[in-house]
Amino acid sequence: MEILNSVELLSRIQFAFTVSFHIIWPTINIGLGLFLLILEISWLKTKKIEYLNLYKFWVKIFALAFGIGVVTGIPLSYQFGTNFSIFSNMAGPIIGPLLGIEVMTAFFLEAAFIGVMIFGWNRVPKSVHLFATIFVVLGTHNSAFWVIAANSWMHTPQGFEIIDGIIHAKSWTEIILNPSFPYRLAHMLTASYISVSLLIAGVSAYFLIKKISIETAKKGLSVSLLVLSFLAPLQIFLGDLHGLNTKEYQPAKIAAMEGLWNTQKGAPLVLFAIPDEENEKNKYEIKIPKLASFILTHDFDGEVKGLNEFKKEERPPILPVFFAFRTMVGLGVLFFLIAFTGIILRFRKKLYSNHIFHKLCMICTPLGLVATISGWWVTEIGRQPWLIHGVLKTKDALSPVKPEVISISLLSFIFVYCLLGISFLYYASRLVKKGYNFEKNEDWLKVATHTTHLTTKNSKND
Amino acid sequence: MIDITVICALLIVLGIILYVILDGFDLGVGIIFPFAPDEASKNKMMSSIAPVWDGNETWLIYGGGILFAAFPIAYSILLPALYIPLMLLIFALIFRGVAFEFRMKEKKSRWIWDYSFTFGSTLAAFSQGLILGSLIEGFEVENMQFSGGSFDWLTSFSITTGFGVVFGYALLGASWVILKTENQTKEWAKNITKPLNFILGLFVMMVSLKTPLQYPEIADKWFSFPNFFLLLPIPLITFFCWLKIFDSLSKGRDLQPFIFTVAIFILSFVGLGYSLWPYIIVNNLTIWDLAAPAKSLQLVFITLMISFPIVLGYTLFVYKLFKGKVLEKDSYY
Repeated sequence: MEILNSVELLSRIQFAFTVSFHIIWPTINIGLGLFLLILEISWLKTKKIEYLNLYKFWVKIFALAFGIGVVTGIPLSYQFGTNFSIFSNMAGPIIGPLLGIEVMTAFFLEAAFIGVMIFGWNRVPKSVHLFATIFVVLGTHNSAFWVIAANSWMHTPQGFEIIDGIIHAKSWTEIILNPSFPYRLAHMLTASYISVSLLIAGVSAYFLIKKISIETAKKGLSVSLLVLSFLAPLQIFLGDLHGLNTKEYQPAKIAAMEGLWNTQKGAPLVLFAIPDEENEKNKYEIKIPKLASFILTHDFDGEVKGLNEFKKEERPPILPVFFAFRTMVGLGVLFFLIAFTGIILRFRKKLYSNHIFHKLCMICTPLGLVATISGWWVTEIGRQPWLIHGVLKTKDALSPVKPEVISISLLSFIFVYCLLGISFLYYASRLVKKGYNFEKNEDWLKVATHTTHLTTKNSKND
Repeated sequence: MIDITVICALLIVLGIILYVILDGFDLGVGIIFPFAPDEASKNKMMSSIAPVWDGNETWLIYGGGILFAAFPIAYSILLPALYIPLMLLIFALIFRGVAFEFRMKEKKSRWIWDYSFTFGSTLAAFSQGLILGSLIEGFEVENMQFSGGSFDWLTSFSITTGFGVVFGYALLGASWVILKTENQTKEWAKNITKPLNFILGLFVMMVSLKTPLQYPEIADKWFSFPNFFLLLPIPLITFFCWLKIFDSLSKGRDLQPFIFTVAIFILSFVGLGYSLWPYIIVNNLTIWDLAAPAKSLQLVFITLMISFPIVLGYTLFVYKLFKGKVLEKDSYY
């Protein structure tokens, strides 16, 4: 097979596969950490046992996801060197320090305090435990900030000069606050919060259907849908801003996303099509006239660049970008509708009794993560053939490694990550089946609440 | 005028030493894990490292991350050269890292994760030894690019250092278990510490002889006058610590075996560091050849100056929280 001889394709597939699998876990942890913090504060303030139950349940999922996030993150930090050594050599002076700051301000913070968060209940006072949660949340957000700064710089590089083939930094402020960074950061953080809202809503809905831990489940569903009804519309707005930014700096990506071949005024919005790269046209096209122009230029007759504007070797692969974009946007609209329905049901006092809606929430449990991955595929495949836009192409960035060696490591990654994914689903589903019915005589619960009697009684009833 | 290249390099070395000691003892616990006398001992051993392994392993990411940040050229030469042992290391760490989480979730499937824990810990230690050995032997470099083959790292020497690291970590792990447990778990750990210490002594001696024998320049650094006398304390104190491990075991001390094992690791590192300094690629490229441009190095330097003490501070805080013998109530959740 041709793929097996191409260091470029193999390296790209390996990086794409490992990073796609990895992004699931930080997406869960960024949002879930914040959710846990809110729960802990609510519990400390109100002393309502539902909040503590929710914390206790979700911190287990958090710990599972965190463990997988750590071990699948290490391959990424090393793959820059093992598979893209020319890139590391050339762009190391920019990317290296940014990732170094990430390590120092995020990874250590998370790793040190997650131990306290999980195991510390019997060892520290409540206030120290709260600070541990705060530090972990700070860590996940710092991590997102720096890694997205580095990633965004590769999409919209600035503040540098090239001397003897090496990229030198000129202004760190310009590098960090590069044009696409604020949009990408906001879009990603919101994606994470939405994904976690859907996760919690889905699991809570399952409990309501199965009639386990009903009071706690109600709280979970209520809070998560409330958050979703703010964030779903916000995300559509942020996505639009991000798109406008991309149109300015990476027009080829936008053309691939929209499935537009020819530059035109009053460009239509292609709802569905099968782009035909060979003949440079769309098959089975369903479109709404002028809408793409309106969305991208806020003018029905605005001009949008088509793919033909770019040489064939300067275009990203159209099919995956085109379909991933539709998956992301479609799901975004679905989440908006779910949030809207939730509001209506809440006003009609049917939020906790409408099982059809609960089933819908259950179906949506993993879809926030699917939308997030799709979004990353759009932006990352869409930047090809460039690794650093306008500066370095992927094909010129590779390591002097044999394709056979990469094939073996790629296959191993696929095998091991499938095992990891299956194990996670197995243990997470076991946790969910147990529900919020925690075993009796649990030490930390007693110590943590200092109201032993009341607590055990409540948690039995719940 | 201070040379920030040197400081960055020293801080990377310090990070690697911290990694070797910290992750060393928890990998070591994984290596000796299957030989534990009973299930209760296994659970205690696991509980003794569960709250801290994440932080320990982060020093490995630190090593890779700061090497990339401060010495990107070194990073881009070494990582392709070490492709296979690094991948082995990564997969090993995956297997053992998730074992912590998964084994505590369910009793029925626990044995799978116990195997995965030991397999991962041992392979991780072995591949680190492979990397250490091949770093000492050096790599072919042309035009600042690795120009050797996929298996250049595989030599009889790197396999020897591979086994050396496995036994060394096992010793660290065993002395950690002495420190953290009581009764039969501790007695068992004391019993295995003796032979492990003996074996580690052999490996340390072997590596110490190999480097000056292979490189005349390094032999010169050690054996010329007056260096020889100035450096003599390093092997002497190492030997003293090695003897003290046996001694403290027979006197029934809990903390000393661990402290002296750590001391041997630090001294071996100092010795090795002195031999190789200032080269990253032995006898070919120095830290100054491979450093990042000034503007990048300055940012790394400032970041490290501010954050390194803070990180050390709260790491110490967390260790203090979990200090002392493992308690029953420390079990998961």
